[in-house]
Amino acid sequence: MSLATDSETSAPLRAQPSMAGVGDYIALMKPRVMSLVVFTAFVGYAVAPLHVHPVIGFAALLCIAIGAGAAGALNMWYDADIDARMRRTAGRPIPAGRVTPGEALAFGITLATFSVVLLGLLVNVIAAGLLAFTILFYVVIYTMWLKRSTPQNIVIGGAAGAFPPMIGWAAATGGLAVEPILLFLIIFFWTPPHFWALSLYSAEDYQRAGVPMLPVVSGERETRRQILVYTLILVPLGILPWLLGYAGLSYGIVAVATGAVMVAMALRVRREAPDAGHRASRKLFAFSILYLFLLFAALPVDKWVTG
Amino acid sequence: MSAVSESNDQRPGIVLTEEQRRRRRARSIAIALSLAALVVLVYLVTIVKLGPGVLNRPM
Repeated sequence: MSLATDSETSAPLRAQPSMAGVGDYIALMKPRVMSLVVFTAFVGYAVAPLHVHPVIGFAALLCIAIGAGAAGALNMWYDADIDARMRRTAGRPIPAGRVTPGEALAFGITLATFSVVLLGLLVNVIAAGLLAFTILFYVVIYTMWLKRSTPQNIVIGGAAGAFPPMIGWAAATGGLAVEPILLFLIIFFWTPPHFWALSLYSAEDYQRAGVPMLPVVSGERETRRQILVYTLILVPLGILPWLLGYAGLSYGIVAVATGAVMVAMALRVRREAPDAGHRASRKLFAFSILYLFLLFAALPVDKWVTG
Repeated sequence: MSAVSESNDQRPGIVLTEEQRRRRRARSIAIALSLAALVVLVYLVTIVKLGPGVLNRPM
């Protein structure tokens, strides 16, 4: 990665004043991903049997949010070359030239350190250890290693996005149990159908950027088949908290109803003709976000309803 | 002071444009607000965790 453009190499090196605005630093933290992380962490925290003081709970969620932002900034630092070649990401602060890679790296490392140390000091060491592992997993295992080397990148890398409910639970209880591991598994198996639905209609972008996403490596047909397979694993997992008695009937109804829609949509993606404009894939991508939101929102609501 | 260093002192160096100055000010304000929020958070957590015990320590 070059820090100086060709036109600059002939002139003496001189630090250029930063053009980064506050909004660029917020964009580096991937606020939409961050909001999903905070939401799922909150659910892990809210359904835990023990509770800490609300101020401690707020501090925990803030640290998790900042940790997620740090991981996003470090991902954008490392992936700036890929981002510049993809339509969806070309406008991000680094490829657009508003933030230098060095600024993003420093920002990410500072936030990561602060979030983990603060979570350890203000809440507990188990939650802090999980947050540190999550950031390292996302940045090193997913971003630096898997993303550029295997079509299973988002399957294994999806674990990073699945940890937040466990961190939320650990923040509330100081330990772990079966229930947060179930929440982890739900997000883990939700990630492949979600991202592969997106990659079906962004395959050209990924190909141009040299990212070995499943449709690029194994083709659309295999991707559609694997979307259905993962959805068929995901939906029973989504119902399991109710079947195992961790959640009540209201959660069970939401899980069964939304799960049925997920399966129906994955079947439509499977049967969609290659020249159909990926309508079914776009619908599945959009609905998968709603599915995860409803499933996770139903858990604390169900706990509140059943007392 | 020598004539050489005087001439160096008078070099303009990097002169910020109005936009760069505005963005730097916005960044500085954001950092200040973040630090203030951190201070408030640590203060509140200290009170919550220690309560009246914050005053109870061996002298």
